[in-house]
Amino acid sequence: MSQVLASRTTPRWTTGLGGLLLQRLFQAGLVAWMVGTLTFVLTRSLPGDMAYRIAAGRYGHDMVNTSAAEAVRAELALDQPALGAYFGWLWDLLQFNLGRSLVSGEPVLAELWHQLGHSLGLATMAVLLSLLLGPPLGLIAGLKPNGWLDRVSEVAASVLRALPPFAVGLLLILIFSVSLGWLPAAGHGRSAHGVLPALTLALALAAISSRVARNAMADVSQSAYYAFSRTKGLGERQSFLRHGMRNAAVPVIAYLGVQFVYLIEGVVVVETLFAWPGIGHALVHAIVARDVPMVQGTALVMGLMFVVLNTVVDLLCHWLDPRRRSA
Amino acid sequence: MPLPSRSLLPGSLLLGLALLPLTAIADRPLSVVAPWEITGADPSTSGYVYARMRVAETLVDTDAAGQPAPGLAESWQVSEDGLAWRFALREGVSFHDGSPLTAQAAAASLEHARAKPGILDSAPIAAIEADGNEVVVQLESPFAPLPALLAHSTTLILAPAAYDDEGRVSQVIGTGPYRVESVAPPQRLGVERFDDYWGEAPAIDSASYLAVGRGETRALMAESGDADVVFTLDPASQTRLARNDRLTLHAEPIPRTIVFKVNAAHPLLEDERARQALSLAIDREGIAAGLLRNPEAAAAELFPASLGSWHLGLDAGEARDLERARELLAELGWQANGNGVLERDGEAFELTLRTFSDRPELPLVATALQDQWRELGVALEVAVGNASEIPSGHRDGSLELGLMARNYGLVPDPLGTLLDDFGADPESMGGDWGAMGWRDTDLAGWLDTLRQEADMEARSELAGQVARRLNEAMPVVPVAWYQQTAAVNAELEGFSIDPLERSYRIDELRWSE
Repeated sequence: MSQVLASRTTPRWTTGLGGLLLQRLFQAGLVAWMVGTLTFVLTRSLPGDMAYRIAAGRYGHDMVNTSAAEAVRAELALDQPALGAYFGWLWDLLQFNLGRSLVSGEPVLAELWHQLGHSLGLATMAVLLSLLLGPPLGLIAGLKPNGWLDRVSEVAASVLRALPPFAVGLLLILIFSVSLGWLPAAGHGRSAHGVLPALTLALALAAISSRVARNAMADVSQSAYYAFSRTKGLGERQSFLRHGMRNAAVPVIAYLGVQFVYLIEGVVVVETLFAWPGIGHALVHAIVARDVPMVQGTALVMGLMFVVLNTVVDLLCHWLDPRRRSA
Repeated sequence: MPLPSRSLLPGSLLLGLALLPLTAIADRPLSVVAPWEITGADPSTSGYVYARMRVAETLVDTDAAGQPAPGLAESWQVSEDGLAWRFALREGVSFHDGSPLTAQAAAASLEHARAKPGILDSAPIAAIEADGNEVVVQLESPFAPLPALLAHSTTLILAPAAYDDEGRVSQVIGTGPYRVESVAPPQRLGVERFDDYWGEAPAIDSASYLAVGRGETRALMAESGDADVVFTLDPASQTRLARNDRLTLHAEPIPRTIVFKVNAAHPLLEDERARQALSLAIDREGIAAGLLRNPEAAAAELFPASLGSWHLGLDAGEARDLERARELLAELGWQANGNGVLERDGEAFELTLRTFSDRPELPLVATALQDQWRELGVALEVAVGNASEIPSGHRDGSLELGLMARNYGLVPDPLGTLLDDFGADPESMGGDWGAMGWRDTDLAGWLDTLRQEADMEARSELAGQVARRLNEAMPVVPVAWYQQTAAVNAELEGFSIDPLERSYRIDELRWSE
């Protein structure tokens, strides 16, 4: 412990951190450019006439005909060369201007802000719930590898991870809304609305993190230093607190970074299932309506979120594991 | 080991508290769930939500029979030459911001609507003006179905304060029995009773609208009691919900028809007997019962009963006659070859049907047609692509057959849609979602007369004539009708489905004692 406190004041710590942040910033810029370019190319190369798609998104399928599509084409200059539109977008991006949605006409940034709030709320709740469920269970299971709790939780984790979030969500609605009537099935507005979608995501996250925590704890509990802590007379509780938890936490936190991929993918499905007005939901609708600025904007935010979250994970590991600071 | 589990305790307590059921609220707000999202505030994009939730109203309403009826306009009349329509506004109507409904405000709303793509595009409007208490619509040529167009949700009348300087709608300030309480696009709209409503006050204080895209979720929301009125149920859920005592199920045919358009200029399809043979070979009842899970949906004609005099009352079972279909094709010189495919002068009867998957039932119906026409000896290729490929194939002449869903009841009178689809000019008939390569001087003349004729009796006779001719010549062939379905909390009274889908009629609902 004293080593941790001491190293906090060394200059190397700051240099390492600064380097890390600089690297991440560079990564963020690269991600922004690549995601934007990819979505631009992909949405442009999707089959079907964009003008009809956008007109359908705006005015509804019943009102779409060639004249509505031509009006949209003229208004948005869709008949102009794609390259010009691409550089226009890049130039706007450099000025942090994401443009306006082709469908609603609202600034993309304003719409994203609204949706991002909902998604972040959901994701935070999911991560917190998963941390509450997964790692504690894994740590307890890891203390007695191959005990009954270890075996039961392994089966549960495998089943939960194998089920798609869509199926888990439906099951949760069936149990908690239809049968028990405890929670609203879908929608948003009250805090109770967030519980089921967050739990759907959290269960799959917890499935993984409990196993990672279990393996980490099993390694730690069988390590020489852990055995030594018991031999030198520390109780089970003190050994766990002083030597078990911190060592086992590093892989769990590091693995969280990998899990964010699942979270971002899960958010798209879960938000649609639970009618949650987040960024995943917006992405699906923007793709259907060929709303290129919205697709670019949402993909960009998702990409950047991934970089930010991984940076946070790196920082946490940096703080938890003194060995990394000298590396 | 006891320690980690004990440290979990406060967390699990908190979780347990969050899971506790919420207590019932005394005045019981109504919760409506449907699949359609709210794009914004503008009537041109999301007017239907505000119209259905009874927030904003149109000059013209519809009566129980689906005919135009007084709305914000109490009465209307047309000049001798049919070029000037005068709509006299109802007295004592105020907007939700307290400002009175004036002819200026109404005319300005309609001008805003006309500047954007919408239903008013199909009328030859020269100008919309205010004159005293009347809104005057000046036309370039007579257009009898104008009142019907003014019942469409893109022509909602909003207060002057609803528009910003650029003509965008910044907030919806209407005249309906409910006012907007909160709006969170794309999914939620909350409304509460507007006390100064000109008509009968609704029984329910407040209501909410939630757009839920997934059918499974909607059905579960009905089942769990989260939603009181749930629209558009998938066939699988309907069976399950019907067994639930706390719900009542409603269904109503709507004037949206699954049809395929035919390229009548195509060498295989130019004779109307070929088109009739294709129609005679379709097992509509099989498609309706097997694929759409609703035997009532089989459509032997374009217009359902809710469109009044346009409906002929044909029997879908009688519309199938495989023998007759074979005879008609034999008359045209088609003979089956060794593979069971029809051949004429060494050319096989092969066609491509384009369709799209925005409506998930369309590709299914397309493959059913493929299978049913194989019996006739017609080799059909199904191309599932994008909805825009039908209009673009229409324009460049490459389309052979196009399967789609067409709404003939956008407004109480299908004439506007028919003018788009078939046209009143015999020289250039056809439309993106209508006839292709097809000419019929009679039909063009009747549609032109309908455009000008204001006499109701003459109109309904002409409507029947048009429907019959379309059914014989088959430039567009009907397959099935859509049904609007709803699951409704059994404690609600007064529920009905508007077949024209203009309103959810929430102002007619009340909680039973």
